[in-house]
Amino acid sequence: MYNETTHDGEGAHSDHDHHGPAKGLMRWVTTTNHKDIGTLYLWLSFTMLLYGGSMAMVIRLELFQPGLQWVEPHFFNQMTTMHGLVMVFGAIMPAFVGLANWLIPMMIGAPDMALPRMNNWSFWILPFAFTMLASTTLMESGAPAFGWTFYAPLSTTFAPDSTDFFIFAVHLMGISSVMGAINVIATILNMRAPGMTLMKMPLFVWTWLITAYLLIAVMPVLAGAVTMMLTDRHFGTSFFDAAGGGDPVMFQHIFWFFGHPEVYIMILPAFGVISAIIPTFARKPLFGYSSMVYATASIAILSFMVWAHHMFTTGMPVAGELYFMYATILISVPTGVKVFNWVTTMWKGSMTFETPMLWALGFIVMFTIGGLSGLMLGVAPVDTQYHDTYFVVAHFHYVLVTGALYSIIAAFYYWVPKWTGHMYDERLGKIHFWWSTIAVNVLFFPQHFLGLAGMPRRIPDYSLQFAEFNMISSIGGFAFGLAQVFFLYIVIKTIKGGEKATDRVWEGATGLEFEHLSSPPPYHSFNEAPPVK
Amino acid sequence: MSSTTSNEDYYVPHGTYWPIIGSIGLSLTVIGTANFLHGTWSATPIFVGLAIIIFMMYGWFGTVVTESLAGMYNKQVDMSFRWGMGWFIFSEVMFFAAFFGALFYARAYSVPWLDGASNNDATAQYLWPDFEAAWPLLSVPLADKFSEAKHAMGAWGLPAINTLILLTSGLTVTLAHWALKRRDNVWLVYWLFATVALGFGFVFLQAYEYSHAYQDLNLRLDSGIYGSTFYMLTGFHGFHVTMGATMLLVIMIRAAKGHFTPENHFAFEAVAWYWHFVDVVWLGLFIFVYWL
Repeated sequence: MYNETTHDGEGAHSDHDHHGPAKGLMRWVTTTNHKDIGTLYLWLSFTMLLYGGSMAMVIRLELFQPGLQWVEPHFFNQMTTMHGLVMVFGAIMPAFVGLANWLIPMMIGAPDMALPRMNNWSFWILPFAFTMLASTTLMESGAPAFGWTFYAPLSTTFAPDSTDFFIFAVHLMGISSVMGAINVIATILNMRAPGMTLMKMPLFVWTWLITAYLLIAVMPVLAGAVTMMLTDRHFGTSFFDAAGGGDPVMFQHIFWFFGHPEVYIMILPAFGVISAIIPTFARKPLFGYSSMVYATASIAILSFMVWAHHMFTTGMPVAGELYFMYATILISVPTGVKVFNWVTTMWKGSMTFETPMLWALGFIVMFTIGGLSGLMLGVAPVDTQYHDTYFVVAHFHYVLVTGALYSIIAAFYYWVPKWTGHMYDERLGKIHFWWSTIAVNVLFFPQHFLGLAGMPRRIPDYSLQFAEFNMISSIGGFAFGLAQVFFLYIVIKTIKGGEKATDRVWEGATGLEFEHLSSPPPYHSFNEAPPVK
Repeated sequence: MSSTTSNEDYYVPHGTYWPIIGSIGLSLTVIGTANFLHGTWSATPIFVGLAIIIFMMYGWFGTVVTESLAGMYNKQVDMSFRWGMGWFIFSEVMFFAAFFGALFYARAYSVPWLDGASNNDATAQYLWPDFEAAWPLLSVPLADKFSEAKHAMGAWGLPAINTLILLTSGLTVTLAHWALKRRDNVWLVYWLFATVALGFGFVFLQAYEYSHAYQDLNLRLDSGIYGSTFYMLTGFHGFHVTMGATMLLVIMIRAAKGHFTPENHFAFEAVAWYWHFVDVVWLGLFIFVYWL
């Protein structure tokens, strides 16, 4: 055990790491502890998942039957907009930052994150930002209703007053993300235990290091984009107004220069999670570790050079379409390397199928489905047909729900025994997996057909020929939503009690957090750096 | 450190109230700004919010300074600060990149396209057939909606002098660093004073240039894409110069109190890095906004 250190008493402040958590509510407000902050992030994320999910329920309810059934079209547009924003910025991103906080210091043998006070601020900006964002729904003008991509001029000339609160909420989220990313980089580069060389780091740490670079590079660009929106709206600038020499399409370029790396921000840490879980339950080391690192870096670099594949129908010159098409398709090579390595890790492994492994396998299969539909969308002439249809909706929900969200849930089941010292209920976990997986495919698979048949996205009503698939999709949606309420029950049950977890937790688990720390780990882990083989 | 494996010397602070105070200040500032823009609130909440932010920064940095002077930070903590500051500056570079991107996009694409370049014959023909592409763009496509500028801002008057001022300040801050390294506290403060004076001098001249642009050239924020990019780029840069000069002023006061040693003066270096970043951004501005 390296948590109960017997240090020699040198250093004037040697007592400071030994205090436990403070008592009461202020513990959570003032904490500088990476585990506390990780927990805060994860609960914020879960709250946002249920909030964003409830808006998805409104969307699926309205689309259950053709015709306007339940909500006004303007309110429907608010729902699609807020659902996307809340899920991307509120559910997925904070969940990964929460995992980073909990895991990175334990995985590299560090006493805490490098900049603990700033770590607190990264989190505590977010509740304010999301309260501001959510409050727009109650405003006279209603919430923003221009889609989560907030294209100009819908978000400038024709936007409701509440858009300004949305703009500032995005600024705050950006500040939070940049500070969080800086902290991750400083922690990984500066806080590793002796012997933990870069190429010995767990892939979750590697993928987060690269994700942090993406965040620092693109969140400020997003801040620039919303700042231009703000000045276009109130101060007479004409960045996105052709009448003054600007261009609404320029908004799309700036947005997607942020937006494309953003999708990798939401999936690279997922790759890290899967790369931890598959070897444990296949009882084999990860196949092709270094190729995984290089593939992650390649994806990150390429992600900066493909943004306009979201804009094939904006009338850009053919040379641009060709370039962005080929560059986009190129990303499938390093992504393919990853999928190949996960499958090869399992080859001839002694596999067992505990709940985290089920979610990880679900990830590999369904993320690949989302990746393949992405390949189709990346082909410029084909995208002309699919653009802004339900095919796109199906595509990005396969990569984000059965991709990113599945990896987050997998990470929860994999590490929660370590965090709490309690095993989750294996039977309930398996029910959660199969319930979710059947439901999510009923929900999203028919949307491919709807899109190919021409149903546009972000529309509250549709032609009669789309009725059956929409009803099927809605039924899947309600079932999937309910499954996540069931997940909330599992989470609370696990925190409150359960079978005592061993320190190693899983027979095949490796890594400092399993090999050198108790379950649950002490409030301050690694007061003495662990030996790294 | 005698032991290579001890993490004990890495200072992990106790709980802190500064972040939550900062969040309250930030939120009040932006909520106040949004309501002010809608005419529902007066400007008072904005200033209260900003005051809270300034209070937070004073307190937070004050705590860090106290801890640093008490010797609570070891080399590894110092390195965390270095990584942190370096990547913070990179994030600032990317913020400016967005606005430079808008400038290049307008100059290379949107303005020529409105005049029919590339595959945009129909755009020019059906939207504003009389529009002619030019840069700096003085005559915008829809003149009624904007206040058109009479002249563009030249490069070789005040902007050139400002370039000289900032480049000189980059030199003086380096001279201050050299003085610090040879324990010459007197010249450290003198050179820092010169740097601060040059920095605020730059801001003053920039403000003078703005008033000239508004009054004599009718070059305004709402003069179309040229005015938009001109003011947003130079405005954010001017804001950063103001911040940098203020930071230098704090460093000067700390230097006068003898806070820095040749071995331990990262606060000085961080601000010097920031100052050089501001300097480099200006060179980009001078070349692409004023000159070419």
